[in-house]
Amino acid sequence: MRRYIVQRLLQGVFLVLIVTTIVFFLGRLTGNPADMVLPEDASEEDRQEMIETLGLDGPVHTQFFIFMGNALQGDLGLSIRYRQPAAEVFFSRLPNTMKIVPATMIVALVLAIPLGILSALRRGSVTDRFSGAIAVLGIATPNFWLGILLIYLFSVQLGWLPSARMGGFTHYILPTITLGTFLVAGFMRLIRSSMLEILDSEFVKLARIKGLSEFKVIWKHCLRNALIPVLSLWGVFMGGLVTGAIVTETVFAWPGVGRLTYEAVIFRDFPLLQAVIIMDAILILFINLLVDILYAYVDPRIRYT
Amino acid sequence: MTGETVLEVRDLHTHFFLRRGVVQAVDGVSFSLRRGEVLGLVGESGCGKSVTALSLLRLLPKDAARTVRGEVVLDGENLLDKSDREMRQIRGQKIAMILQDPQTSLNPVFTIGDQLQEAVARQNGAGRGSVMQRVVDVLRRVKLAAPEQRIRQYPHQLSGGMKQRVVGAIAISCEPQVMIADEPTTALDVTIQLQYLQLLKELQASTDMAMLFITHDFGVVAKMCDRVAVMYAGRIVESGPVREVFDNPAHPYTQALIASVPKMRQEVGLLHTIEGQPPALSDLPEGCRFAPRCEFAEARCQAAYPDTFHAGEEHSASCWRLADD
Amino acid sequence: MRRLPWTSLIIIGAMIFMAVFAPVLTPHSPTDQTLSDKLKPPFWEEGGSTKYLLGTDIFGRDVLTRMFYGARVSLIVTALALSVGGGVGLLIGIVSGYVGGRLDSFLMRLVDAAFAFPAILFALLLAVTMGQGMKTLVIAISILLWAGFARVVRGEVLALKERDFVALAKVHGCSPARIMATHILPNVLNTFMVLVTLNIGVVIVAEASLSFLGAGIPPPTPSWGLMVAEGRGKITSAWWLSLIPGIAITMVVLAFNLFGDWLRDRLDPKLRQL
Repeated sequence: MRRYIVQRLLQGVFLVLIVTTIVFFLGRLTGNPADMVLPEDASEEDRQEMIETLGLDGPVHTQFFIFMGNALQGDLGLSIRYRQPAAEVFFSRLPNTMKIVPATMIVALVLAIPLGILSALRRGSVTDRFSGAIAVLGIATPNFWLGILLIYLFSVQLGWLPSARMGGFTHYILPTITLGTFLVAGFMRLIRSSMLEILDSEFVKLARIKGLSEFKVIWKHCLRNALIPVLSLWGVFMGGLVTGAIVTETVFAWPGVGRLTYEAVIFRDFPLLQAVIIMDAILILFINLLVDILYAYVDPRIRYT
Repeated sequence: MTGETVLEVRDLHTHFFLRRGVVQAVDGVSFSLRRGEVLGLVGESGCGKSVTALSLLRLLPKDAARTVRGEVVLDGENLLDKSDREMRQIRGQKIAMILQDPQTSLNPVFTIGDQLQEAVARQNGAGRGSVMQRVVDVLRRVKLAAPEQRIRQYPHQLSGGMKQRVVGAIAISCEPQVMIADEPTTALDVTIQLQYLQLLKELQASTDMAMLFITHDFGVVAKMCDRVAVMYAGRIVESGPVREVFDNPAHPYTQALIASVPKMRQEVGLLHTIEGQPPALSDLPEGCRFAPRCEFAEARCQAAYPDTFHAGEEHSASCWRLADD
Repeated sequence: MRRLPWTSLIIIGAMIFMAVFAPVLTPHSPTDQTLSDKLKPPFWEEGGSTKYLLGTDIFGRDVLTRMFYGARVSLIVTALALSVGGGVGLLIGIVSGYVGGRLDSFLMRLVDAAFAFPAILFALLLAVTMGQGMKTLVIAISILLWAGFARVVRGEVLALKERDFVALAKVHGCSPARIMATHILPNVLNTFMVLVTLNIGVVIVAEASLSFLGAGIPPPTPSWGLMVAEGRGKITSAWWLSLIPGIAITMVVLAFNLFGDWLRDRLDPKLRQL
């Protein structure tokens, strides 16, 4: 088990290094970031100055080593818009994202597991059709548009819920639904299809032959197996979660890391975007590690290979 | 060696109701099992052997399959009248079953000990030591080496033969009156098939339980069983003591099955095979179901399903040719 | 067997029709501003007229016209991104699966890495460094797609290369490149087509999301995602600006997904789990 975790951790570190390298070269090779940041009518003097502040002078490989060296010391450059170290800006926004993303994931799982299992158990029933329809719609509706639709319905038309910014409990409802729908839909479909396979398996038959109660058969023998694909296909959800967080925080003016990413894009704040991506990679490293550990806990076949 | 009847199956009909029609998987099967006896249920795959077994335990998928007629009498009570709760008591306490494929019969995410303990813990055998002690004991009985270590391991860490021993242990852990073994060695390596059969025979003999042994292999029947029932297309076509059926098979299908068992000194070229395919169970012929493949088929075989005739003491078969004797 | 999803086909057909015949279908320009006619509601609302069936935006541009041209952008991006991203994935999948060995494990490591890190972040970075535009968008979405294609195609190839006709070709002295091109490639095309269809919805959503985030085709060229973004600030007074293109996105993605499901069940049911 320890070897497995160490191995996964090293893979994660490797990934962060790759991402950092790609970010570095993507910035330098596809154009000069200074031109992105400066207004079109900037003077050559301004341009040179910007190139220096962004660390874009000198040969690329020296730039790269300076960049990596600084990054390792936690210096990811200065945000142009905020005139602060980019990493600091990131950390000032992180708590707000943490208030919404983990909670949404838990809500999504709590909803999707019983719904997926129930749909599989009562195939073709009203529950199954209803949750199937929700899943298909949820996958086809991009988060940003769902968020705006919810704002239109519940804030503009009905006036029940606030449409933007942080605040009390009610401020969490619409962003959670916006971010969570995709997750619920995806989890539910995955759990349903794996449940159908599991219900057909020999080990479930044997559990019934042993005379176990249906409750134990489903919630002990099936559940743990049904969670395996959710964990092994985690990457797909991670992508959706990051996109979802950026979009949802943008739509609801939620001052988190996702909204910060959006700001970095529209204000062409290259150093900030660069820092956000690298920090995201580190964050993802830890989340993936957590998922890997959970995966090994759920599926013993992973642990001993 | 054989005692009173423990399980009696009378005129069992189990049908599958599918979108494309009704499949008569089991169509009027009757047999009885006595204490200490091994009854072989033999036939090609798809003839309804496994469905018969699962019908007894009432474990077929509820939405598709239904036992429409018949009785399954255990200890004087009809299992088909039992509630789901009562049925759960019977499964794993009075009737146990070993499935075909050990690779998939055990849950991959739980330890051997955990999966055995579920079966053992349901026995209210007070004062017989802790549950885990009993788990270890039962693993010893199936001759699994180092049981104390095995209980902490997961199925993927065991070989196929070891897993099937664990499945056997689950089956005997509650000391059932009836054990159903559904092709228990088909998925095992040839080298360990014989060992496992011996183990099953020993366990059966020492506990005096009745065993329904399902197989497609007449060679295995000869080793394991006291009596045999031959099944074809949802019905039992011949049944009787193994020796008698072997020496004097009355039904042409049984004759063909026995002839297809390779014997040591027989030349390979003479190996007998049965021409054609069994009929689709959703579209059965009016008369004898074997008639389309039978070399002795006559007009009356197509006209009506044959009655059951005696071919000896306790030996009977459903074939019109016996009517002439 | 599932029935052909007619509703989906009609929606898809309508979208393609709109995109192809956009200039013929409408008298308006998608980009010219008519400020005197700004924020007109759809014709059935009070103050609306049949001149602008679905109303106008803050610059007085006809929403329906922009929808037609937006469909064009969506389809062009989808076609290009699937050709580039899907093509690269197909190539890598075939080479990785057929050649095997170290190259295979290296490429699959890369695929794993691509799965472990959300491509959207690279897409956003590209938009900043390369500038917004069609080229950026296509590259960005291709980064999102290639790994999925590569993984599935490789799986197919692993099974294919054990088959007799490949062994036969080897015995006849075919070069690996030739075997891959003439024996492996035609046999994975079915799977490839299913993957393409299943990913159309993904690409449309990705394009719309990137446009929404200011990383898509730059304004004033209309795109459905951009239209939703532009109308967002006016949601209280002019709901049609955001909601109409949003509904269009959902309907089209739904149609492509259902069609893709049907095609998969038809051609390649074992892809079910994906």
